[in-house]
Amino acid sequence: MATTTAKLDWSGGNKPFNASYGKLMMWFFLMSDTFTFSALLVTYGMIRFSYPAYDGIAENFVFSHEYWPIPEMVFDAFPFFHGVHLPLVFVGLMTFILIMSSVTMVLAVEAGHRNSKEEVQKWMLWTILGGIAFLGCQAWEWTHFIVGSDSGLSVKEIVNGEWVSRTVFGANLAENEYGPQPFADLFFFITGFHGTHVLSGVVINYIIFYNVIIGTYERRGHYEMVEKVGLYWHFVDLVWVFVFTFFYLV
Amino acid sequence: MADTTNLSPEEASKAHIRKVWKTAGILAFVTAIEFAIAFTPGIPRTLKVAIFVGLTIVKAAYIVGEFMHLKYEVKILIWSILIPMIFVVWLIIALLVEGGSMYA
Repeated sequence: MATTTAKLDWSGGNKPFNASYGKLMMWFFLMSDTFTFSALLVTYGMIRFSYPAYDGIAENFVFSHEYWPIPEMVFDAFPFFHGVHLPLVFVGLMTFILIMSSVTMVLAVEAGHRNSKEEVQKWMLWTILGGIAFLGCQAWEWTHFIVGSDSGLSVKEIVNGEWVSRTVFGANLAENEYGPQPFADLFFFITGFHGTHVLSGVVINYIIFYNVIIGTYERRGHYEMVEKVGLYWHFVDLVWVFVFTFFYLV
Repeated sequence: MADTTNLSPEEASKAHIRKVWKTAGILAFVTAIEFAIAFTPGIPRTLKVAIFVGLTIVKAAYIVGEFMHLKYEVKILIWSILIPMIFVVWLIIALLVEGGSMYA
């Protein structure tokens, strides 16, 4: 009998996926976004593997264009602790902020199931604040990366047929103090693309938050829009988990 | 939410919230382990990378399964999302092998 029922599921007039059109399409959109981010991270992996790795001990590590940098030596700063070596602490904080905003998002969805407008409002607001806090951290991280270290990196180049020594501070799309140029390019590209997702997530969350306040979903009788935007927001968190591992840890 | 069918709505909601916090705790704990391993000297690089990839997949499974609720959707939806990920696995393996051969 089980096979008959399974066949009937697909014979029309049913919902074989048991999910609404909007939710299903959000899932498939996120799947396509997964491919985009995978492509970016795989590109990082491939370019990284094509450069020599630093094979000395971490304490003696210095920036050089000769090998790929160790991420923990690049990302070791924390606001208001200038010059203190705090490897990956700030990134850890950013990870914590994003996971927490994912938690408040689930709580908003859960409150939506109970049609509790006040609680959905409260948790959506916390989610938005978490997203803004993350973006603030990223702005700081980028600024630090662009401005660079105190000492910089001394490079030699040919200007008008003469070898000239010059010090490079920080990184942009043309120069990079920390290591080979693609390292900086990929940093801006991957964290930038993720940051754009966070930014659009905050904007979408805000629109939903506004609709909750004016009672759109209360009149509609369900808070499924909160679930859909929740899927997107968790995906942003999911991508960060991968960026964290492949950009900062490995 | 699997065993909440015979609970009252309030109890089911409380159980769900407890589960959310438990999941968050697991995610924080796994991240802490990753940090600890990143700063433990003497672990071979390949092993470190393997551990990081494994733990990242654990975290991803919790986020997608619990937070995004995929674990509780119908089977056909779960497979519709998971099976295309084969292409990602293929992409990773193919390009890392190619990258290792560049300038070699």
